[in-house]
Amino acid sequence: MTTLILAWRSLASRRTTALLSIIAIAVSISLFVGVERIRIGAKSSFTSTISGTDLIVGARAGNVQLLLYSVFRIGNATSNISMNSLEAVKAQSDVAWVVPISLGDSHRGYRVMGTTREYFKYYRYRNKQPLKFTEGQDFYDLFDVVVGAEIAEKLGYEMGTEIIVSHGIGAIDGAAHDNMPFKVSGILQRTGTPVDRTVHISLEALEAIHIGWDSNNPIPITEVSADLARTLDLKPDSVTAALVGTKSRFGIFKTQRFINQFKQEPLTAVLPGVALQELWTIIGVVETALSAVSAMVVLTALLGMVTMTLSTLNERRQELAILRSVGAHKTTIFLLLISEAALLSASGILLGVGLLYALLFFIHPWIEQSYGLYLMISRPSLYELKSLSAIFLTACAVGIIPAFRAYRHSLADGMSVQR
Amino acid sequence: MAEIKLAQHNKGNFLLTLEKIQFCWSKNASFNLSLDSLRLGVGEKVFLEGPSGSGKSTLLSLICGIIRPDRGSICIDGIDIVKLGAGQVDRLRADKLGVIFQQFNLLPYGSVIQNVLLPLQFSQRRQKQASAFGTPREEARRLLQRLGISTDLHEQKVAQLSIGQQQRVAVGRAIIGDPQLIIADEPTSALDHDSRDQFLTLLFEETARVNAGLILVSHDRSLASDFDHQLDIREIVRTSSRNIL
Repeated sequence: MTTLILAWRSLASRRTTALLSIIAIAVSISLFVGVERIRIGAKSSFTSTISGTDLIVGARAGNVQLLLYSVFRIGNATSNISMNSLEAVKAQSDVAWVVPISLGDSHRGYRVMGTTREYFKYYRYRNKQPLKFTEGQDFYDLFDVVVGAEIAEKLGYEMGTEIIVSHGIGAIDGAAHDNMPFKVSGILQRTGTPVDRTVHISLEALEAIHIGWDSNNPIPITEVSADLARTLDLKPDSVTAALVGTKSRFGIFKTQRFINQFKQEPLTAVLPGVALQELWTIIGVVETALSAVSAMVVLTALLGMVTMTLSTLNERRQELAILRSVGAHKTTIFLLLISEAALLSASGILLGVGLLYALLFFIHPWIEQSYGLYLMISRPSLYELKSLSAIFLTACAVGIIPAFRAYRHSLADGMSVQR
Repeated sequence: MAEIKLAQHNKGNFLLTLEKIQFCWSKNASFNLSLDSLRLGVGEKVFLEGPSGSGKSTLLSLICGIIRPDRGSICIDGIDIVKLGAGQVDRLRADKLGVIFQQFNLLPYGSVIQNVLLPLQFSQRRQKQASAFGTPREEARRLLQRLGISTDLHEQKVAQLSIGQQQRVAVGRAIIGDPQLIIADEPTSALDHDSRDQFLTLLFEETARVNAGLILVSHDRSLASDFDHQLDIREIVRTSSRNIL
């Protein structure tokens, strides 16, 4: 106890350097825990992109590829699946619902997705939250469009705004479906998922805008007016993929087997959770790299602390000689220096965690808004507590370097310090 | 060299005896020290004169038990510290010795009174003795008062004090809790003539009050006359320096 008080007073007398060490450690700790929080946040945002959907069905492809285009709107499907096949899936006794989706077109860089009204009913994200409308509702008219929160915000869309869908990814001028403008009928609340960046239209509308288009041609052969389109049969023959919900957990694997072994068409059904995990292991390398970098920063800060202590040690030989002369044991000198390392690192860790919480408190709404990254302001996790304890112990361990040096000084100096 | 006995008047009742000391800093060290005999009676004051390099720091370190001789015995109050473990020597030093350095005697981060109280943290015996007439803090205040450190300075940081005041606070720290032997290593070398005399007077008064022995090392011969014994370190210890280069 005496040692700790002495260490504290000694540090207080060198408060500028001590404070700098503490701040260096605190910043590194904030970074370390911050990276950890972002890592967890990113992972949970990522893995909670889709929930409540039991299976994703698409043309035969790898799990990750199917997940990428159907959920993340990245890349394209190798081929479509026929509506007949989906009808067969829907007819299974275990299947509760099937929501088809069609991708391919875009609007000012955002992907356009054709789907049914059931999509808004069944799609779930993060802990089975349903999609909610900030304004308006799902498609009522054929040319109604529902936009995600990010699109509405970035492009300044309001209810009733007219928009034009481009053919394909919109790289070719003139390949626009400008004969059939859409009207915004609903704006979705922010979800932090790719839904925020999606333009939703009905499957029928998607069919309508492609009347007269040949899939091999970038521009239409004939153009049809919107009014004419309304009179035609717009039921699509095929879609890109479908989300499937089952009645019970047991039904999932049975349905998956049925789809994967479907004779009439080569299909793939994946469990979103499994595919997300698979995808995360690919992205996960980055998280390991981030953690490694932040751990290095912590180590650097600890080495800085040791350097500071070592550099002041020479001026403190007299102080240590005084302590020895009044009866302090050699190990007391040793413990004194270890205590300093302990006090510095403990203060640094507490300050760092405090800083991070303060920062999180102020920026988390903004991070959530701008990046869709959901950062928890929760108690430190067990992993974090373990890491922080490990950092504290490491600090005490590196504190042995100056402690041993001081110990040796106190032996060599005897009763007189050569100045 | 002739054996030098200091305490003729109270033979057999020595506060400190050093016998047949051999000391070498390390195996290949260029410096070693040997001493046949040195004895100090209870409450006696010794003036030890020696130029730098004569081995006085080594001798004081030996007496304080900070370093150990290769051979010989060092008895303090009848206890041979050479035979004690390191922890026991530290405790004995805390209990029985008070040390005053040349300068920078005080911990810069403590207040004046905290510095005076410092030895009590390492010695229960002195803690107890300092509590004989009230709390240790009261005892420290009385001591400081006697040493001419006014009350308003007691809670100040030591940096606020002059060198002379700091040396007097060091006396207070050395003497609190009534140790038996005070070791002062050139305590006056940083002081001017007037403060030097004042310092010595106070040091003598305080050591006499608690009946502590005093070993004062200095190369200033003019101080020597007030001591019971005057010794030249060159006459009691042999040192040899061999240049290994």
